[in-house]
Amino acid sequence: MAAPQEPILEFKDVSLRFGDTWALRNVSLGLSPGETRIIFGAAGAGKTTLLKAVIGLVKVDQGGINLFGRDVTSAGETALFPLRARAGVLFQEGGLFDSLTVGENVEYPLINQTANSQSVLHDVEGRVRDALRFVELEHTFDQFPSELSGGMRRRVGIARAVVTEPPLMLYDSPTAGLDPITANTIMALVAKERDVRNSASLIVTHRYQDGEIMSDFRYDQQNEDLVALKTGGDDAKRNRTKFIVMKEGAVVFFGTKQELEASSDDYIRKFVRHGDERQEERK
Amino acid sequence: MLGSSNESEAIPGGSCLLDFLTTLISSFQDFLFLAGRAFRNVVRSPHYYDDVFMQMDIIGVGSLPIVIMIGAFSGAIIALQMARALSTYGASSQVGTIVSLTLVRELGPVLSAVMVAGRNASGIASELGSMKVTEQIDAMRALGTDPIQKLVTPRLIATTLMLPCLTVLADAIGLVGAYLISVPLLRLISGGEFWSTAWRALVLNDLAQGLLKPFVFGMIISLVGCFYGLRTTGGTQGVGRAVTQAVVAAMVWIFVVTLLIDKVFVGL
Repeated sequence: MAAPQEPILEFKDVSLRFGDTWALRNVSLGLSPGETRIIFGAAGAGKTTLLKAVIGLVKVDQGGINLFGRDVTSAGETALFPLRARAGVLFQEGGLFDSLTVGENVEYPLINQTANSQSVLHDVEGRVRDALRFVELEHTFDQFPSELSGGMRRRVGIARAVVTEPPLMLYDSPTAGLDPITANTIMALVAKERDVRNSASLIVTHRYQDGEIMSDFRYDQQNEDLVALKTGGDDAKRNRTKFIVMKEGAVVFFGTKQELEASSDDYIRKFVRHGDERQEERK
Repeated sequence: MLGSSNESEAIPGGSCLLDFLTTLISSFQDFLFLAGRAFRNVVRSPHYYDDVFMQMDIIGVGSLPIVIMIGAFSGAIIALQMARALSTYGASSQVGTIVSLTLVRELGPVLSAVMVAGRNASGIASELGSMKVTEQIDAMRALGTDPIQKLVTPRLIATTLMLPCLTVLADAIGLVGAYLISVPLLRLISGGEFWSTAWRALVLNDLAQGLLKPFVFGMIISLVGCFYGLRTTGGTQGVGRAVTQAVVAAMVWIFVVTLLIDKVFVGL
């Protein structure tokens, strides 16, 4: 039997308060390569704070966060840069730099990584174009973010996050405010990134369908499309997606999609789209 | 014995006053922390020279028209007002002296700083504020760039270097404005006499404070703009609020620091 992989991310009893409000309350979780965690929760439940705490963008009050074997909570801003370079982040609004072109935005982490490590990076433009091709937006290389639609900006954000081929991907509401077609395109790219590069993914979302895509589908490189995972056999082992539900900073649910759908808790059920609702949608 | 919380409850508004003071002190501490890191980054790598030159162009070259205009008009206005007052005492020949001292010591540095604060403290606060609310600052940190090194330090260097240059220009243009009022228009004195008295009136003390002030004001304007920009919250409404706070705070600090510098130089 294969030995379980070392987690690349570990939260141990992490808490953070903003005044009287709990942003994170005794949160513990782990994430290994190739695993996916889908995080649901009401607005203000602490989902984005949790994501930002992973790479030290917010400092927690207590508990430990271990990222790639290093303690994030005690590290200074400069010491965090090499750790952050190994995590790709997609921000809710894309977080693209307005003053830079799409090409320069995607190039930014590569140039920055070179500057920080004093190493010479070859074929930067080629890698930038590869990343933009990955999200099917190579033609926007010379355009500015303001010239793109919301969905395109989000896809450029994914290209920027994956250009350094990081082993950990953090997605903050990748489909928020997008139409269903664009949202599905984005989630297909997220699944593609996970399955092509075996990266670990932490996804904050409000859409249950996003979790379903990550849990029930895998990216088929030969057909360049998503294919449904079969229940049982190798496909069941391949499914390494778990769901987390947060409420007022605390994790109130952790488990598989089946366990989530079977939950009788009123709060948890709000985030689940059940079979009857799917039937309604199909009609 | 009453506890401290009970005491503040006993005094009407005591709790509010305590909160206000705590916020004020905490904000000032954050400002000093930001300023410390920005100054430290001046001598630390990486250096973003392109950003420094770009900011020098935006802040320095971009502010030229308003600084020239303000300099010319302020010199002309002082000459006009002083001509009347001096003629009462038969001292019209001293108009060059008065204009020169007023402009170099006080009005040149302060008016240039006020103009640059209105234009650039607001510009810096709105640019950085917009970046903050659209998560560009977080993205920068996530991509391994120190926003203070990349955004604050270049603006600090650029404003601190450009404001003294703008002030010298404003002083010179102001004297030209005063000359045009005093010599060709009012015919108070000859051109040679005007320039001779204006030049001889200035001593090292005047030039020192005339150059020190814009140097300090440059630091204040850039750091205040960056401080309010980087702590923006609450979307576009928050950006508007940050801009207002930055301009008001920068202007108040300009006058407070003027008084402090004057106090030091008057005593010399």
